[in-house]
Amino acid sequence: MLNLEYMWELLPVLLRYLPLTIQMATIAMFFALILACLLAVVRVSQVPFLNGFALLFISFFRGTPLLVQLFLFYYGLPQLISALISMTGVTAAVLGLTLHFSAYMAESIRAAIVGIDRSQTEAALSIGMTQSQLMRRIILPQATRVATPTLMNYFIDMIKATSLAFTLGVTELMGATQKEAAGSFLYLEAFLLVALIYWVVVEVLSWGQRRLEIYLNRAYQR
Amino acid sequence: MISLQGITKRFGNQVVFSDIDLTLSKGEIIVIIGPSGTGKSTLLRCINFLEKPDSGRLKIGNLSVDTQRATRSDILALRRRTAFVFQNYGLFANKTALENISEGMIVVDKLPKAQAYARAREILERIGLADKADAYPASLSGGQQQRVGIGRAMAANADVILFDEPTSSLDPQWVEEVLSLMKQLALEHQTMIVVTHEMQFAREVADRVVFMDQGGIVEQAPPEELFTVPKDERTRHFLRKILAPTGQTVP
Repeated sequence: MLNLEYMWELLPVLLRYLPLTIQMATIAMFFALILACLLAVVRVSQVPFLNGFALLFISFFRGTPLLVQLFLFYYGLPQLISALISMTGVTAAVLGLTLHFSAYMAESIRAAIVGIDRSQTEAALSIGMTQSQLMRRIILPQATRVATPTLMNYFIDMIKATSLAFTLGVTELMGATQKEAAGSFLYLEAFLLVALIYWVVVEVLSWGQRRLEIYLNRAYQR
Repeated sequence: MISLQGITKRFGNQVVFSDIDLTLSKGEIIVIIGPSGTGKSTLLRCINFLEKPDSGRLKIGNLSVDTQRATRSDILALRRRTAFVFQNYGLFANKTALENISEGMIVVDKLPKAQAYARAREILERIGLADKADAYPASLSGGQQQRVGIGRAMAANADVILFDEPTSSLDPQWVEEVLSLMKQLALEHQTMIVVTHEMQFAREVADRVVFMDQGGIVEQAPPEELFTVPKDERTRHFLRKILAPTGQTVP
């Protein structure tokens, strides 16, 4: 039988590590969004040279496992660039998550941009807007709406992916669970509990996502 | 005050039109007619560089642009002196009717928001949509959307408004309200170039009708002349084909 009393006592212990998990995911998401927007705009506008770089970037970070990338940043790169030796596991994890997820997100933002009908672009240009005004005021706000469901999916994925940071020695939610379980030998209880915590966090986010989508759709009600 | 001199446009090896000259004076209303695929819309789009002309010169007021050497700022200057009304409206889907009209004033003309909104409300009043200020395009009828499209063009305070088949994608029931708004603008002596298949409108409103065929201007004349005694056989042929089914007098 499950040791419910142990789980109940473990809950506040594990919850203390939840802020770090959320923090890593939020910071990584923030930078990944910026990077993904830049990559998407470069791809859509076919900026010479940068476009090639964007393609290579996306190809690499989509084409290799996140865990490999994390190890590469944390254990590999410092051998090449000694300044990186002082990089903490948290920094390496945030960096890895940012780069990895921005590659995926760039592609869904690009698709959303391309999906906005051409006539709005022409209309904006016809009244004398510049390319960047067109992007900021007309295209990106609409692309945001289209891309939001997918981007939220990536955010959810990212929250769960922060658990990989424990392989870099970071004591976040998963790392803490691992330690606790190793001490008590109650693996089932500990991992079941941490699964429930992740699940609840994701459910709360999904609720937020639904609210956000209703808000973003307000311009499209007939 | 507006002139096109030797404007030529090719798509790849195919010449859409070559060496087009067209001049209009302030307050003049020109309607361009002609069979589909003769480059009427492309010519209109060349005037504000939605299509880049291959050669020729564009003059609007004191602005003169050699289209082969047009810089980015030339193009922006041309666009600020022209306004465009699209067949498919091209309204910004993420903005209300009011914001669609005020957007250019805020972003391009750098007017303070309050002032831009006040002017946009005046325009909404004039286009008969004062009660739709906060409506998004998706909730407007085709006719209402096109009137907002025209309102956006009015807000640009341009030297000339270019209309590219403004009623062609409208359900028949909305055509009249759009045409009557255009007539209202005509009465206010707004300079405009209109590409349309609405011959009745051309007759009533145009100062001059331009007939284009196979990439060239075949003839141009005031409507009472062009519609009754066209000089060229191609014009006669076109008018017969398009006017006969509508019961209008055929040359």
